[in-house]
Amino acid sequence: MIWFLTRRVLATVAVLLVMSAIVYGLFYLMPGDPAVLACGKRCGPEQLDVTRHKLGLDQAVHLQYWHFLEGLVAGRDYSSGPDVDHCAAPCLGYSFQSDQPVTSLLLDRLPVSASLTLGALLLALVAGVGAGMLSALRRGTLVERLITGVTLLGFSTPVFLIGLVLLLVFCAWLKVLPFPSYVPLTRNPAEWARNLVLPWCALALIEAALFARVARAGTLETLAEDHVRTFRAYGVSERQVVRRHALRGALAPVATLTAVELATIIVSAMLTESMFGLPGIGKLAVESTTSVDLPVIVGVTLLSGTAVVIANAAADLLHAAIDPRVKLA
Amino acid sequence: MTLLDTEAAAGTDPAPSRRGGAWRRLLADRSALAALVLVGLLALAALAAPLLTALEGQDPTTFHSRLLDSARGGVPRGALGGISGDHWLGVEPGTGRDVFARVVHGARVSLGVALAATVLELVIGIAIGLAAGLGGRRLDAVLGRVIEIAIAFPSLLLALALMAIVPQSVPRPVLVALAITAVNWGNIARVTRAQAMSLRSREYVDAARLAGARPLRIALREILPGLATPLMVLAALKVPNNIVNEAGLSFLGAGVRPPTPSWGQMLSTSTTWFQTDPAYVIIPGGLLLVTLLAFSLFADGVRRALDPRSVRV
Repeated sequence: MIWFLTRRVLATVAVLLVMSAIVYGLFYLMPGDPAVLACGKRCGPEQLDVTRHKLGLDQAVHLQYWHFLEGLVAGRDYSSGPDVDHCAAPCLGYSFQSDQPVTSLLLDRLPVSASLTLGALLLALVAGVGAGMLSALRRGTLVERLITGVTLLGFSTPVFLIGLVLLLVFCAWLKVLPFPSYVPLTRNPAEWARNLVLPWCALALIEAALFARVARAGTLETLAEDHVRTFRAYGVSERQVVRRHALRGALAPVATLTAVELATIIVSAMLTESMFGLPGIGKLAVESTTSVDLPVIVGVTLLSGTAVVIANAAADLLHAAIDPRVKLA
Repeated sequence: MTLLDTEAAAGTDPAPSRRGGAWRRLLADRSALAALVLVGLLALAALAAPLLTALEGQDPTTFHSRLLDSARGGVPRGALGGISGDHWLGVEPGTGRDVFARVVHGARVSLGVALAATVLELVIGIAIGLAAGLGGRRLDAVLGRVIEIAIAFPSLLLALALMAIVPQSVPRPVLVALAITAVNWGNIARVTRAQAMSLRSREYVDAARLAGARPLRIALREILPGLATPLMVLAALKVPNNIVNEAGLSFLGAGVRPPTPSWGQMLSTSTTWFQTDPAYVIIPGGLLLVTLLAFSLFADGVRRALDPRSVRV
C-alpha cells in the first residue's frame, strides 16, 4: 500500500512538472514579446528594457522556467532598480492588466467558482443518480424513455444553450428568478442561493446526464449479480435490495467518474460563469485571454490542470480503497 | 461467438463483408436514417448558403436599422424578431442584419470547422496512437504520458488560451479548427494505442512481420484496417463534440471574428437580448440543438450498426 501510494504521488508530481513546463513554455515562447504585453503599448525602448529585466525575460529560457518554479514553491522578488516587489509563494507573477498578484486574483474568485461547481455537483449527483436508478428499475416504461430522452439532451446540449433557455423561461417569462449576480454566502445565504439557482441547474443538467448513464449501468449490473439473486430468493424485500445493493452499485462508478470528468466540469463551469456573468475563475480565464494577460492565463491553466491531475490521482486511490479487487501494485 | 471464432474471424479479415452489413443495418435503423437525412440537409444548406441567401434576397452583413425599434433599445419591429417575407427568420436586434442569412452562413463555419477539426484529430490521434502502440516500450512510456496529459487537460480552456496567443494573420476559421484539434486528439490516440497493442500480437501481424514487411507497412496495412470500426464510431461522436467546441469558443468571443457569422457568437449576443427579443435566442439555439441531436443520433446509429452486440444504455 505504501509503495503504491508513493509511486502514485511521485507520478503525479512528475505529470504536474511536465504540465507546468508545457504551459509555461507554450505561453512565454510564443510569437510576440511578453515584455511589450506587460508594459503596454506606449512603452519606450528604455522602459521595455527595465520591464524585461524586472520580469527576468532577459535570461535564458530554462532559467526563466526555474525562477517560475522557484516562485511557485518559495516566492520570488521582482526588482527594478531600488524598489523590490516581493511576491509570496505560491507566486504566479503579476497580472499585466491590473498589476495584482495572480495568486490573489485567483483566490478572490475561488469562492464564486466553488459555490457554483460544488452546488451544481451536489444537485447533479442527487438528480443524476436518482434518475439513473429510476430508469434502471423501471425498464421498458415511459419513465425510462423520458429519462433516456432528457439524458440525451443533456449530453448533446452545450451548457450555455441550457442556460439561455433557463434564463428565457424563469427570468424573462415567469419572472420568478433574478438575472444571476453573485452575492457572497457570508453576506446573505438566501440571496446567494436564489441567484445561483439558474447557473446550478444549467451546469447540473450536463453533469447529471453523465451520472444518470453510469448510475443506470451500475444498478443494472448489480441487480443482475448472483448475491442479489440469492437475497431475493431468501425473500429480502425489493425495497431492501434497492436500498442496500442497487444504490451502492449506482454510486461506486459515479465517485470515480466525478474525478475523471473534472476537466469537463471545469470547462462547463467556465462557460456557465461567462454566460451568467458570475465573477469566477472561469470568467477570469476568458477575460485574461481577450487581453492576452499571460501570467493570468498561465495561472488559470496551471490551476485547472493541477486540480484535474490531483483529482485523478485521488480517484485512483479512492477506487483502490473502496474496491478490494483493485490490485495495489 | 466464442473467443476462438473471433480470433479466426480476425485472422481471415472479414472486414469488407461485415462493413457492408453495417451499412445495411444503419439504413434500416429508423432514427439513424432520420438523423442522416437531417445531417445531409444541414450540410446542403451550409454548402448552398450563398445561393439560399440570394434566393431570399439578403446577405449576412448588411445593417437594416429602419427595421429596428429604437424606442425599445433596438429590438426588431414586428412579431417573432421581425419575421417577414423579406427576412425569413427576422433580423438581429441592435444591428438589423438578416438572421436567416447569418444562420446559414454560420452553419458553414460550424460544420466546416467541426469536420476539419475531426479529420485533423483523426490524423494526429492515429499517428501518435500507432507510434505509441507499436513503437516499443520507451516511446510508449513517453507518448503514453503525453496522451494522458492531453486527455486530462480542460480542453476548451487551453484552446481559448491558444487562440489568444497565436499570430492573428492566419484565417480565423483555420485557427479555430487548429486550436480545437490541438486540444482534442487525445482520446483518438488513446483508443488507437490500446487497439494497436491488442492487434500487434495477432498471428496475421506476425506473419506479415516474418514475411519481411517494414514497420510502417505493418502499421498502415495490417493494424490500421483493424482499427476502422472503433475509430469510425469515435469520429462520428467527435463531430457533434467539435460543433460544441466551436460554438463554445465563439460564445466566449475567441472564435471567428465578427463580420463572419457563427452560431455561438449569435447565442453570445442573445444573452443581452433574451428579455426583449426571445426569438433571437430560440432560432440559433434551436438550430444548434437540432444539429447536435441529429449528429448524436447518427453517431449512436453508427455505433449500433458497426457493433450490434453493444447495446449499451
